[in-house]
Amino acid sequence: MLLPIVLTVNGAAVRVMPGTTVAAAVLLAGSTTRTSVRGEIRGPLCGMGICFECRVTIDGVPHQRSCQVLCTPRMQVATS
Amino acid sequence: MKTTFEIVVVGAGPAGIAAAVTAAESGRSVGLVDDNPAPGGQIWRAGGCLPAAARNWINRLEQSPVERLQGWRVFDSPERGVLRVERNRSTFAEHAELRFEKLILATGARERFLPFPGWTLPNVMGAGGLDAMVRGGLPIEGKRVVVAGTGPLLLAVAAHLSERGARVLAICEQASHRHMVPLAAQLARQPGKLWQGVQYRWRTRRTPYRMNCRPVSAQGDEKLKSVVLEENGKQQVMECDYLACGFHLVPNTELPELLGCRLEDGFVSTNDLMQTSLQNVACAGEPTGIGGVEIALLEGRIAAMAVCGRGREAHGLIRKRRAARGFVSALSRACGLTSRMRESATDETIVCRCEDVLLGSLRERSGWRDAKLHTRCGMGPCQGRVCGGAVEYLFGWHVESVRPPLFPSFVSSLAGSAAQTNDSEHIGETV
Amino acid sequence: MSSGWDVVIIGAGIVGTSCALECAARGLRTAVIDPAGVGSGATAAGMGHIVVMDDSPAQLALTRWSQVLWRDLAAKLPPEAEYEARGTLWVATDEEDLAEVRRKQRGYAAAGVATEVLDSMALAEAEPELQRGLAGALLVPSDGIVYPPCAAEHLLLEASRLGAKMLEPQRVIAAKRGCVRLKNGGKLMTRHIVNACGAEATELMPELPIRKRRGHLVITDRYPGFVHHQLVELGYIRSAHSVTTDSVAFNVQPRQTGQLLIGSSREYGAEDATINYPLLQAMVQRAQMYLPAIRNLQAIRMWTGFRAATPDKLPLIGPWPDDDSLILATGHEGLGITTSLATGKLVAAALTGEKPVIVPEPYLPARFAQGLTATEVLRA
Repeated sequence: MLLPIVLTVNGAAVRVMPGTTVAAAVLLAGSTTRTSVRGEIRGPLCGMGICFECRVTIDGVPHQRSCQVLCTPRMQVATS
Repeated sequence: MKTTFEIVVVGAGPAGIAAAVTAAESGRSVGLVDDNPAPGGQIWRAGGCLPAAARNWINRLEQSPVERLQGWRVFDSPERGVLRVERNRSTFAEHAELRFEKLILATGARERFLPFPGWTLPNVMGAGGLDAMVRGGLPIEGKRVVVAGTGPLLLAVAAHLSERGARVLAICEQASHRHMVPLAAQLARQPGKLWQGVQYRWRTRRTPYRMNCRPVSAQGDEKLKSVVLEENGKQQVMECDYLACGFHLVPNTELPELLGCRLEDGFVSTNDLMQTSLQNVACAGEPTGIGGVEIALLEGRIAAMAVCGRGREAHGLIRKRRAARGFVSALSRACGLTSRMRESATDETIVCRCEDVLLGSLRERSGWRDAKLHTRCGMGPCQGRVCGGAVEYLFGWHVESVRPPLFPSFVSSLAGSAAQTNDSEHIGETV
Repeated sequence: MSSGWDVVIIGAGIVGTSCALECAARGLRTAVIDPAGVGSGATAAGMGHIVVMDDSPAQLALTRWSQVLWRDLAAKLPPEAEYEARGTLWVATDEEDLAEVRRKQRGYAAAGVATEVLDSMALAEAEPELQRGLAGALLVPSDGIVYPPCAAEHLLLEASRLGAKMLEPQRVIAAKRGCVRLKNGGKLMTRHIVNACGAEATELMPELPIRKRRGHLVITDRYPGFVHHQLVELGYIRSAHSVTTDSVAFNVQPRQTGQLLIGSSREYGAEDATINYPLLQAMVQRAQMYLPAIRNLQAIRMWTGFRAATPDKLPLIGPWPDDDSLILATGHEGLGITTSLATGKLVAAALTGEKPVIVPEPYLPARFAQGLTATEVLRA
């Protein structure tokens, strides 16, 4: 029996099932991933680690591709 | 972690899995490197129902002695027989050097994205992109989805999303019936493909399949609200939650190019035994020609047999592959992009999403390098993987010069030193 | 019309385009030719650090004048040229370095360059990401940063406005005695030829005392505010000065985009663009020693480029004694971006006979032509 994982996105707790990507968790939290050079709000595009639109800060390390990282308990995700 | 192998396979999609399993069954030590959290590649991505063939091959992989380096990315090859790889840990990165005698490249393909007004809005995604997000845990039940673009992936994605409870409002194929007729003829010769197509269509039977239909623009403030579609010259606004948009596939040839493999028409050139122009380097799957799962499996097996010195046993597989490729060329002709998508983008449309470069600023540029140097197009972290396919279509520019690192990598990985060390090194030591 | 040029400039890098602007501004019928388009050689490969250097009085005079010219030009540069007067911090690690800081400060003051000495604490405050315990630094606030390809394009556009013509991309196979021969068989007749081909200058003139000195650079994703000044270790001078061995030095630049450029390396005898991995690793490790947290940043690209190095660390600017029509504007080594603007003025002065702001003698190629003749005499 898989138990849900709790992580935070911009400080708010999000509950997801194991195997959920950080990108999905960010969207689940009602958030988007990054702000572009010109200030546009962006979300994930390719879902496979090549477009870099899903970059977020994970546990303090910026520019992580959230679509290729699985959620782990107590992970802290911050979007820009 | 083991880092020295007789054979290293890059990419754990169908071609890579088939190659790794086949090579391991020949008694070789095999390392399989893949940047995703789980094997399967894009087409057999975990997190949803998979076809029997996929389950079968992934089981075989799991039971094989193949060393799986899952979540590791290849970022450079400093010399022949060596690949440098990196993996994210939560707060730091690990890196390693893999050494091998023979290499099988199964790096797969990505979607081609084409720019149109609004394509940068959140919730406009790739077709495969949305599918991957759903497999990665994004709830889609009850959401209104428009699938648009070109190629057979649209139908497969629509079928999967419908199964997961999405309301797929329309599947919009930019190609016209006229282009699809030869494909149908080829399909008739490929009962397996035909049956798959029929299944997909059955699963999406409530969704209108529109030909000669393209996205003109996406609208919304901070998120997608609606899409304007043009079908046979008539425009229509459709409200939706997601627009899943892909324009067929672009092969991932960056690693083969970095190694020095010869390319032909944008694909890695191989012989019948899937050997590239470089000795001891084979290539299988999409980088040799967009062909889908069946061809990828055949090519992975052929490549591994040849690499293991069992090339003679591969004759039957080579024959099957040749037959299957007839469908591939018909498919690529059918999915040939019409010029209509060029009309969607305006001078104000962003082409390079990393650097927010507008189409208008690219028009006066003479080519890819000129555009890179003077507008920053393709200079961001995606390294032109998204805008490269777009400018190729829009301007006919050839996207050249692959540079390491193949993907953005931690500075520490380039330094070849540990990512986070607590001992403070003494300045002045190394030089 | 192929016979009507006063000057044909070979090379549309930052030096060639600066020469074009100065020539066109003086009413000379000016053409620029390059096989690959504007700013695509070393101009695209370099850092774009506008820096006053004091290896020799001549170097100080040329770099100081250039730095002032850049500050004057700054207001006219387009935003994509990304000019910023960030200042350079010459970082000192120990007492020996601090003595060098004070020596440097005196020399700069004599040349009219204001500087400021930072002690260990002030340095840590100015650049919190720097390793703790550094001895201090010399701040040169007037140094700047520019994105060279777009700056070169701006210079070319200005030159074009004044009548200069950028010719179709074409490789030049020979250039002497007022005749420029093109690979496509074409021929340009001109009163003067300017060789502004950087490290490739020897392809047309093998007799030039120029050696390629390869460098490596790494650029990161965007991290605005990670560092604020161009940071260079004082040992850089020792590294840059060495003419024999391969070397690396800590040299990190904050781009206006928030990206960081990580350098630098110097090596002779490397003729191709491939990466020397041991050297690259030493270079990046050195950056990690000075900026420990840089290790966790994402590097998005790395590449190599070629500096045109001369034996006495000064450029070759002015007439070539063996050929009345030939003017050189090359041999700038690591200071091509900085000194491009002054180089253009010196070249134009040489063509028109006007008196330049600084004495041109130290840079005249004749210093080597004589040397060569002496060697030849000895050989005979």
